[in-house]
Amino acid sequence: MASTTQEFRPPFATFTAPLSALLAALFGFVVGNAYGEPWIGFVMGGVLGAIIAFAIDKLPFGRTQSRLGTIVILGLAGLMTGSAGGVVSGVLIGAVLSWFIYWLDRGEYRKNVPLYYTAGQTLWHNAFMLICGLIFFFLIAPLLPVMWLSFNAQDFFTFTPEMLNFEAAGYSLKHYRNFLTTEEWMIPLKNSLIIAPIATVISVSLGTLAAIGLSQSHVPARRAIMAILISPMIVPLIISATGMFFFYAPLGNWIELNLGLSQTFVGYVKVILAHAVLGVPFVIITVTATLVGFDNSLTRAAANMGANPVTTFFRVQMPLILPGVISGGLFAFITSFDEVVVVLFVGSARQQTLPWQMFTGLREQISPTILAAATILVVISIMLLTTVELLRRRSERLRGMSPG
Amino acid sequence: MAKLRAMNEAGNITWDLVDVEGADSIRLCDEGLAMEIDHDSMLAAAPDGTSASDDFGDSIVSDCFIPQIVFSTTVGYRLDMVGDTPPTSICSLFDLDAYPGKRALNKRPLANVEWALLCDGVPKDEIYDVLATSEGQDRALAKLDTIKDSVIWWSAAAETPQLLADGEIVMGSTYNGRLFSAIAEQNQPIGMLWDAQMLDFDGWIVPAGLPEDRLARVMDFLNFATDTQRLADQAAYISYGPARASSAPLVGNHAELGIPMAPHMPTDPANAQNVFVTQYEFWADYRDDIDAKFQAWLAK
Repeated sequence: MASTTQEFRPPFATFTAPLSALLAALFGFVVGNAYGEPWIGFVMGGVLGAIIAFAIDKLPFGRTQSRLGTIVILGLAGLMTGSAGGVVSGVLIGAVLSWFIYWLDRGEYRKNVPLYYTAGQTLWHNAFMLICGLIFFFLIAPLLPVMWLSFNAQDFFTFTPEMLNFEAAGYSLKHYRNFLTTEEWMIPLKNSLIIAPIATVISVSLGTLAAIGLSQSHVPARRAIMAILISPMIVPLIISATGMFFFYAPLGNWIELNLGLSQTFVGYVKVILAHAVLGVPFVIITVTATLVGFDNSLTRAAANMGANPVTTFFRVQMPLILPGVISGGLFAFITSFDEVVVVLFVGSARQQTLPWQMFTGLREQISPTILAAATILVVISIMLLTTVELLRRRSERLRGMSPG
Repeated sequence: MAKLRAMNEAGNITWDLVDVEGADSIRLCDEGLAMEIDHDSMLAAAPDGTSASDDFGDSIVSDCFIPQIVFSTTVGYRLDMVGDTPPTSICSLFDLDAYPGKRALNKRPLANVEWALLCDGVPKDEIYDVLATSEGQDRALAKLDTIKDSVIWWSAAAETPQLLADGEIVMGSTYNGRLFSAIAEQNQPIGMLWDAQMLDFDGWIVPAGLPEDRLARVMDFLNFATDTQRLADQAAYISYGPARASSAPLVGNHAELGIPMAPHMPTDPANAQNVFVTQYEFWADYRDDIDAKFQAWLAK
């Protein structure tokens, strides 16, 4: 059937040409807007789009030649504006436009739908793909300017003309240097790396135990207990923070006075405990979800073979619910690593964490060092999640289970 | 301030020393959250023997306040957006014909209402009398109304330099040290006005109820940090004026740029030809009324 779809060519004059012209006109509108004449740009773009569509449909060039030709022509048009930014936009528009025209002209928009689909169903299928694409775009696009701006040579959140023209003078690593070499940022980073892992370990241990206990049918009032345990996730953070402040303040004073521990140490303990409380609900929820698929006859079988409950837990139950525990732990880690409200209340200056420093940095001095910090954190998060996912797949493969 | 209040109630004061603006020190002092200071016995005298309270003079705005610097709220503008006639008067803010474009102003009435009345023709020495009346407050808001559509309201002082650097606004108010940093340290195409700058003080308060050992350490630090030479030295890093009169002649050069800092001080005679000094008593009495009106007007 593949040959049928390749031979299918929609009508040029009533379909491919107008739609190509429309997309090109929209590009023209955006470009024209930059010069203060959006509607002239709209018309010029439309005409240009129709001409390119005509060339692609009627002239006997191959796909690669035509697409390269479009890209080069629009890139040259961008060059006439006299800046590297113009060339880049021209090349990008050329690539998108020529792809779109081919996609229409060769009937490729029908490639992924069954043959019996009507025009309306095909339109919806493609619109759906577009919507999905746009969702990803809007989720990820805001990060890109942040990463780009973090290489700014200036101390403002501003795309300088040098940056837009891709000149070396407009770029610098000084914000990364500033992040990595000043105590202003290194101490908060160190604090975050002390607080978040310890809080995660506490949340994971307590949360897993709580989830296992609450999944037993004989526990009285399990719904009420569950509701209380996951309440930190539901109550507004500022309320929890105020409550925790008044709860931990006298507790901290008592520990300092009676156990003779230093104020700094007690400060860390308070923040870690507060963050552990915030992380517990995530662990409970994910572990409870995995426990639903856990076959309780396995524990009975283990007991039958003479294993005590602790051995059963570590040798039988734990390996099976590990994916839920790990993802709960990741959530708990991110909760603590991202948290700014509670630490502002419960912590003192010695426990300043990275989000706290970013928060004050944004308020007091809008410096791109924050962007450098954000970029580094994003990269670390991606690496962390990828590693965990790869490990999970590997362990599942080793145990002969299919991934996901 | 809220956190200091909460720490006081919880009996767990983790701060030994708090950096506040003059107006906040008055409120903290009234609420009993800040310790009263005997300036002459606790702080160092000037090198010539002048007592600390005389040396600090008017900058001691409350019994709990240990002044550190003088700063001002003033206006910066984009050099490349004002043509050949850069603004010289504060009233350029209200002149949309000569300087079209967006302005950035503080989302609080302080300085905005004084400037509005001044530019509406009220003589400078009568401004606070006019502002004390309901009609006067309406008059100030009516003047601000003429530019309301062109104003971006800021809540953090860092916003104005950012907007100026972006070219989003033609002019905007912020603290003079921020403008100095953008102009001299970051080489942005920005100029600044000193006309009708609003002077204010920033300094320290010591939270009430500190234990003996921490209090002794704090007072030792304060005695050192607010002496004549230290206040003058601070001006090497940012263009805020020392709060002591005896420090002014000692102000030296910028620590990195090496340029003399004295001409960049808000208190320098050349810059201080037309200044407002924040009227703490007036604002203590009228803040609530004017704030409420201003916020209601903003929301309209």
